[in-house]
Order: sequence, then structure tokens, then C-alpha cells
Amino acid sequence: MNFSPALEARISKILGNYPEDRKRSAVIPLLLFIQDEVGAVTKEVVDEVSHRTGTPRVQVDEVVGFYSMLHRKPIGKYHVQVCTNVSCMLVGGTELYHHAAKKLGIGHKETAADGVFSLEEVECMGACSWAPAVQINYDFHHKVTPEKLDQLLDSLRKIQ
Amino acid sequence: MSQTVNITINGRQTQVPQGTLIIEAAKAMGIEVPAFCYYEGYSLQAACRMCLVEVEKMPKLQPGCTLTANEGMVIHTESPNVVAARKGTLEFLLSNHPLDCPVCDKGGECELQDMVFRYGAGESRHVENKVHTPEKQWSPVVFYDAPRCILCYRCVRVCDEGLGVGALGVSNRGVISEIVPNGEDHLKCDECGACIDICPVGALTSGSYRYQTRPWEMTHVGTVCTHCGDGCKTTLGVKNNEIMRGNNRDRSGINGEFLCIKGRYAFDFTSHNERLQAPLVRVNGKLEPVSWSEALATVAAKFKEVKAAGGRFGVIGSTRTTNEENFFLQKFARTGLGTNNIDHHRSGDLATLLDALSGRENALASVADLYTAKGALIVGADLSQQHPLIAFQLRANFRHHAAKLFTVTPGPVREDEIALAAVRAQAGGELQAIEGLREKLAAAGDLTILFGDAIKGEAVRKLVAFGDSLGIPVRYVCLLDNSNSRGAVDMGLLPDLGPGFKAVEKPGLAAPEMLADAKLDVLWLVGANPLKSATLANAGAFVVVQDLFLTETAQRADVVLPAASAYEKNGTVTNTCGEVQKLKPAIRTMGAKADLEIIGLIAREMGINAGIWTPDKVFAEIQQTVRGYNVPAAVLTAGAAALTMPVNGRVASQARPELIRSAGDTLFTSGSLGRYSKVLNSVMESPGGLFRHERE
Ligand code: SF4
Ligand code: SF4
Ligand code: SF4
Ligand code: FES
Repeated sequence: MNFSPALEARISKILGNYPEDRKRSAVIPLLLFIQDEVGAVTKEVVDEVSHRTGTPRVQVDEVVGFYSMLHRKPIGKYHVQVCTNVSCMLVGGTELYHHAAKKLGIGHKETAADGVFSLEEVECMGACSWAPAVQINYDFHHKVTPEKLDQLLDSLRKIQ
Repeated sequence: MSQTVNITINGRQTQVPQGTLIIEAAKAMGIEVPAFCYYEGYSLQAACRMCLVEVEKMPKLQPGCTLTANEGMVIHTESPNVVAARKGTLEFLLSNHPLDCPVCDKGGECELQDMVFRYGAGESRHVENKVHTPEKQWSPVVFYDAPRCILCYRCVRVCDEGLGVGALGVSNRGVISEIVPNGEDHLKCDECGACIDICPVGALTSGSYRYQTRPWEMTHVGTVCTHCGDGCKTTLGVKNNEIMRGNNRDRSGINGEFLCIKGRYAFDFTSHNERLQAPLVRVNGKLEPVSWSEALATVAAKFKEVKAAGGRFGVIGSTRTTNEENFFLQKFARTGLGTNNIDHHRSGDLATLLDALSGRENALASVADLYTAKGALIVGADLSQQHPLIAFQLRANFRHHAAKLFTVTPGPVREDEIALAAVRAQAGGELQAIEGLREKLAAAGDLTILFGDAIKGEAVRKLVAFGDSLGIPVRYVCLLDNSNSRGAVDMGLLPDLGPGFKAVEKPGLAAPEMLADAKLDVLWLVGANPLKSATLANAGAFVVVQDLFLTETAQRADVVLPAASAYEKNGTVTNTCGEVQKLKPAIRTMGAKADLEIIGLIAREMGINAGIWTPDKVFAEIQQTVRGYNVPAAVLTAGAAALTMPVNGRVASQARPELIRSAGDTLFTSGSLGRYSKVLNSVMESPGGLFRHERE
């Protein structure tokens, strides 16, 4: 697979961080950044990362299966992750999730037809102090209310 | 040496080296710490929490499988906390377990059943629905039933660490985690079944055994695999005169619990529907079934006639028949038929090696030695394909003792990945390549050199001279093809050497010369199939074949005598390292007879007294004739392997390197026999290839 020059440069830099026989350490960052560009961790991406890091394919596959931030199917441009674990649930996380689902018209791990948004109900993200928490792509949003979420989603839809 | 520390387990004091795992320290004291994921010889996982123990001054229970002994530790393995924790762990493991024990293959020999029986809670507080996913078939031999899996990772580790294949992984998290194969929905692997064997529950099941029987309905017969030359003990599960499975769970034998696809599954040729079950005699150009007495009379009459007329015999033996059969065959041929035209398919230059090693002791390595050797040099052999047990041993040696491995091969082999140096050398260039490794080899401390058919004749002597020049102890393994290729040489299935490498006065013809001899009157083949790739010069020669199947050679025969396989008879075989082991009959196939009996009956029919032909009596004769075979029969009967060095002195062989060539079988082929194994032919990796390893 060929990637953009920027991503290729990033990949070379990451691979360069590890000794020759420890390239497998680069599996997670490679998967993440490639996913950002390709839109999903496809079979080809797994093969490519396996090849570039000299890691057996099945072991790369294990990583993809384990981490919820890696997706085998394309997700939206904005991936909305609402926490419904205990701390968030106590202060309205579950309601927030249902609100988001209704507003976006999609459910858990679904992507809207126009590809702008996807939704996921996630477990604890380590942001309990500012519950309820929502993560959109790499950004955290704290103490989110349904109103705040509406504004957030509306503004994102505009930028896109 | 690590320091010794004092620890106390369940009130009893003991001393162990610092760093000993608590589970092992307890075991040494006869205290069982129950475990699922812990498996001796493989990396630590601490995934199952079954082994929790209580350690004084430590606030939480600790996994005994990863906790190491330190001075003054006081450990309890049966305290109320521990007992409660185990119950909890089992309750958790069962929370999503289907409990379909009545139909599960593992029922009766399942570690989860046993643990729940001994340590478990009878009730479950889980009322949630169980996650069910359908069973998956990953290959003709491996099936996976995710709901039964307890995620102990044993299969993942045995495949990656033990076999060096790494075909299995774990996908997803929590209750939906499951084992996944490398090919997405199928396996691309060695198909060895080690993962199935090591699975503590019935999550991995075997294509040929699943849903066939209950384990307690079988009798178990420990015998020796009849395929490659490594000599694995395979324990055959037999029900109603049918072999249901092969494994070696009791770790008897030189292979521990290792078996490749052939030892574990390729017993199925025994019940192939083309198995010969009646003698055949050519009548009006066609092979017709006849009675044993008629067939034997036909053979004996012809043999007598040719012998009386001073005609020419040619005898070719097998690399899978027993030592007793080989010994008796050459004895009868030489004394009864009066010919030294006797040979077998030669796959390595053992005679030259033993000659070069003349006068030394401890110059040959056993399979066990391969686990402890500090260095190993592999020359011209694709061990993972041709000698799976040896490859497994060397890999374990590398894993546990950081053995230094070196490969000098014409193409990539799996051992390259764990080798200190991997060098490509084409035929003839091996010795030069080895020279380049001199310093590294000498630094290994001690060395075992394993060589295939690329090194023969003068090259063997040069190799031994090179080994001598290193100034460290060096041992050798001459790699040979089949389960008793070694025994065929030791027993004198050679035109120039009798049993124990004793030179015969008037050497006879080698196998290709017999076939090319236009004056050959009789060709007698005991388990050999040379006409697969050669033609017989004398179209009129009388051909007698003893075999399991109507091979290319048998099709040309005048008389075909149905032979019993190694799994149907008594006797001994010698592996490629020179270790003698005993076969035990597991089943009987109607109409077939052991080759030893067939040869004996032919002799009797001819009126020749060739001696008693029971395996025990012939073995007694071998003990007296062949140096090194003088192992007490009781040792072999007990299932042990005895390393032999069949000669220690010069060998006056007519070194004929041009006659030595491995048949080149892979992990998924086994000569003519392999063609009749459905399993070997059904896996998609079959037939495989040598020297072209690629990691998936
Ligand atoms: S059959 Fe052998 S090689 Fe294949 S996955 Fe199982 S352990 Fe690995
Ligand atoms: S399949 Fe068997 S060996 Fe593999 S993780 Fe599951 S229970 Fe353990
Ligand atoms: S390694 Fe050789 S002896 Fe062992 S099971 Fe495989 S074929 Fe049989
Ligand atoms: S045996 Fe210790 S955690 Fe599994």
C-alpha cells in the first residue's frame, strides 16, 4: 500500500524509534495513523502493517480486535464516542448517548449514510472527574449536556 | 548459580533456588496448585487466575504461576481465601461455558471438568444469557468452538513458541474474545494438532476424531510413528479394531507430547479402502486374488527353481519395516537364496560417518541431546519439513537455553529465524560456507552437526575433520528419511555390508543395478516401490512384492503379498539418531501378514531352515550380532529408547555417494504410504516444499 508523503514520513520516523528486531512495537501507532488516512483498518492495512513491522499477521489482527479505537469498517469523519460507564452513567451519560443516537439517527458502532458522523457507546475513557465525557476523534469534551452536544455536533457538521 | 532461599508452603519448609515459580516449588513438594494457563516449557501468561495462592504479608492473592520464590515467603495454597477464590474463578469460567460435556470430545479427560469436580462450586449465580457463536472449521484437522474456550492461550503459545508457526491469535475483548486463525477464517500452518492436544477443554477439536467416540471407550497403544526418521512415540487410541486418534499426552517417548501431522493423523492409511487384503498372483497377465498357501507356493517354487538353476536374485527392502524384518530378510537372502544383491533406498551416508568416527565414543547425538547441546549446525536439511521432532527439539533448546543455531542450506528454512547465522549454500558449496562460520561455531562451546543427503562420501570425512579442528566436543546426526531407514543400514540391507556394518566377501548389486540388470531372474521387494521412478531392464523377471497397497511396483508384480503396517505388528525400529524403540500392534488388518512372517513362510515353503522368525527371537540374534543393539529387551518393552552406535571401527563400505539421495518428503508427504493418507492429502498446505520457508 502507498500512503501520502506526510504519512510515509511519519511511518519512517516511528519505525526508526525502535531497534531492527523490535519493530513490532510500532504496530499500534502505525495502525492508528494509517486508519486516520485510510478511514478504516482494512485487511490490506493489516497485511501492510504486518509486512512493515515484520509481525505475524494474526498478531496484528489481535491488536485490531482488542482496541476499540481501531475499526475494521469505515467510520464517520467525526467519530462520536459517548461514555456510559459508571461515573458518566450516574450523571446522565446514558441519556446523552440516547440523545446522540436520536439526533444522528444511528446506533452503536454505526456510521451515517453521508459518512460525516459515526457513533459508539464506550467504556471508561479516564475522564471521570469531568463526567459525562464525550470523545470525538482525538478530542475530549467534558461535562457534556444534551444542549452542549447539540451545539458541538451542529458546529462540526458546518465545518465539514 | 542462583541463591537458595527458604520458603514455607502450607506449613512445610523447603529450600529452592531463588526465582523458582511457586507453582513449581509446590509441585516439587507434592502440593498441587491448580492451573489452566500455566504450561511448563512455554511463556508465562497468568491469564486464568486458577493458581491463586495466599502469601503472608501480601494483601492480595497472588498467581502462583508467575510469583517467584524469595527468602522467607510463607505461602498457603489451601486457605479459606484461596479456596473461595478458586471457586470464584471456576464460576466465572463456567459463566459462559456451554456445559455440553455429554457430547464434547473432551468429556472424561477435560481439565475444566476435573477442576470443577475437585475445586468448584456446584452452583452459579450467573443468570445472564450465554454468548453463543457457532463452531468453526479452520482446516480439515482443526475445528474451534469458541463458547467452550477458556482463553488460556495455551494453543497460541504452543503454535508460536513450540512450532515456530504462530498461526493463532486472540481477537476482541471480554466475553466476546476468541481465538482466531492466521488466514482470517482458516489456518495456514503445519496442521500438527498440537493446539488441539494442549487445549485443556474441548474448544479445539480434531477433524478426524471429533464426535467419533468417548475417550474411555478406547484402548491406548503406545507405538512408534511410521513416517519420518525421528521416531516419535505415538499413542494410538483404538476402538473396535480401528485407530481413532494418535497423541502422546503421557509424554512417554523421546518426543514428549510432540507429534507432527503425520504421527498424529496419518495413521489413516491403515484403513484405506485400497488396502491389500488377499495375496495376488498373475494369471494370464492379470493379478488375481488367491489364498495365502497358493501365493506362497508360487513364490517358493519360483525361488527354488531360480536358485537351483544358479539364477540371479535381487532383493530390495524397506525403510519402514522393523529391524527384525530387515535382519531376517538379508540373512535369508544371503544364506537362503545365496545372493548379496540386497539393498534399500539410501537417504544418507551413515556408513562413511561411522567410519570417520571410528574409535570414538559419544560421537552421536540422541534426540534428547538436541535439547541440551550448546550449538547446532544444520547442513543441507529443512528440518521443519523433513524432521519435525528434531526441529522442535532445537527450537525448545533455543527458547530455554539460548542454544546457538546455524543453518547452511540451499534456501530459506524456518530455523533461520532463530539461528545466529543463516547461510545459503548450493549443493557442493556447503563445506566452504561452514568454513566461514568457523569462529562462531567454535565459540558455541559444544556442537552437534546435523547433515542431510547433501553431505556424502568424501564430504562427510571433510565435515568430521572440520569438526575435529574446532577444538570443542562435536557430535553428529546423519539425517535419514523414514522410520527405519537407520535400521535398514544397521541391519545390513546393503550389497556390501552385513548387519553391524561388517563387510561381506563378495558385494552384490545395488538397487539401481538390479533394476538395470538384463539378466535378473527374480526381483523381490519388501515394502519398496522403486518402479515408481525406474524401469525394470528384464521385462521377463519374476517380481514378488510385499506391500500394503498396489503401488506402481506391485502393479508390475507376478505375486503380491499383503503386508501388515507398522501399527499392526511387533518389532523394533531405529530412528535417525540411532535410538532403538519397540513397536506395539494396535490393530489387525484381515488378510495381511507381518513381513517377518511372510519371509519366514517363504523360507519354510522352500524347505530352508532360516531360524525362528518371531520378533523376539530375531531380536535376540540382532543383540548378539550388531554392536550397540545389546540393549535389554525389558528396557525396550518398557517403552524406552536406547541410543546405539552400531559399529566402532573402520567400515569397509564401497562408499557409493551417487546412490544416496533423500526422497525429499515434506511435512505433508510420506513416500508411497503418504499417498494413502486422506488427512495428508486433504490439508491445503499439502504437498509443501523444501527450502522455501516464508513466514505468514
Ligand atoms: S495445528 Fe499446529 S501449526 Fe496449526 S495452528 Fe495448531 S498448533 Fe499451530
Ligand atoms: S482454544 Fe483451548 S487452548 Fe486455546 S485458549 Fe481456548 S481453551 Fe485455551
Ligand atoms: S516428526 Fe516424524 S516421527 Fe515424529 S510424528 Fe512426525 S513423522 Fe512421525
Ligand atoms: S495458571 Fe496462573 S493465572 Fe493461569
